[in-house]
Amino acid sequence: MAFDTLQDFFAMGGHAPYVWAAWGVTAALLLGTVIHARAERRQLLRQLARRVRRESRLATRAAGAQPIQTSRGGSTNDA
Amino acid sequence: MWAFIHKLGSPKWFYGISARLQPWFWVAALILIVVGSIWGLAFAPADYQQGNSFRIIYVHVPAAFLAQSIFVSMAVSAVIFMVWKIKIADMAAAVMAPLGAAMTFVALFSGAVWGVPTWGTWWMWDARLTSMLILLFLYLGVIALRGAFTSRDSASRAASVLAMVGVINIPIIKYSVDWWYTLHQPATFTITSRPTMPMEMWLPLLIMVLGFYSFFIALTLMRTRSEILRREANKRWVRELAGEAN
Repeated sequence: MAFDTLQDFFAMGGHAPYVWAAWGVTAALLLGTVIHARAERRQLLRQLARRVRRESRLATRAAGAQPIQTSRGGSTNDA
Repeated sequence: MWAFIHKLGSPKWFYGISARLQPWFWVAALILIVVGSIWGLAFAPADYQQGNSFRIIYVHVPAAFLAQSIFVSMAVSAVIFMVWKIKIADMAAAVMAPLGAAMTFVALFSGAVWGVPTWGTWWMWDARLTSMLILLFLYLGVIALRGAFTSRDSASRAASVLAMVGVINIPIIKYSVDWWYTLHQPATFTITSRPTMPMEMWLPLLIMVLGFYSFFIALTLMRTRSEILRREANKRWVRELAGEAN
């Protein structure tokens, strides 16, 4: 351990503003990219699911009252 | 060989294999960065000249490495995309750019903050600092170009050309400390000679560098998979995937 007390550690021998600013910005950007990537993936999966649902609805409507499974609409289930 | 390359270029195959590889790189990144941070911040000895401000090196050097490596990866992907028309290479290049820009910013910011107690100034228009600033503008240019076209193919080709031309800046950054007089100290890592730092300072730095590279690989795998969902949304296998996710 390079420091004797926790206060010493946070003080960084008087260099606290420099050390913690550099580390803080780095940590924030790394965490930010992970949060962004997770949100992006979730959003794309939601969009995709919505689109597939909508199209299968349209396909059954286009087929009239008869519950005919079209190849487009039914692709999620019979594959 | 060609069959292998063709398979590698198939988004469907990549989507599967990347799902299996991704967790390993996330775990490696997490462990390496946590261990490297604790070691570098609390256990590595203070520098006899710079005191504790030297601990900025543990974020500055890995970020600067990634900033340059990501640009090279982007340029290589651009060549693969332009020559062999492999779409997945363009997707990877597209998702790498923001992380590259972020890492360039981290390198510049941590360098500026480190410069205040060390050099007495946060900025100098010297070769290393200026060429890194140009790298940041190149990244922003690549990102802007991708958003500037209505046709995805035109955007991809324009961004690829800028990446291939802009990569000339990388050797300039690397050798700037040798070619010109600069405030910046020479390279911390060299393949040809033993490290000039004591082991107990150098090892945590190595761990941080490896952690940052793992992070880059993990994030690129994850975001390339998202990019596949975005661009291949009309493909049958992608729709089946969406059905399963419900």
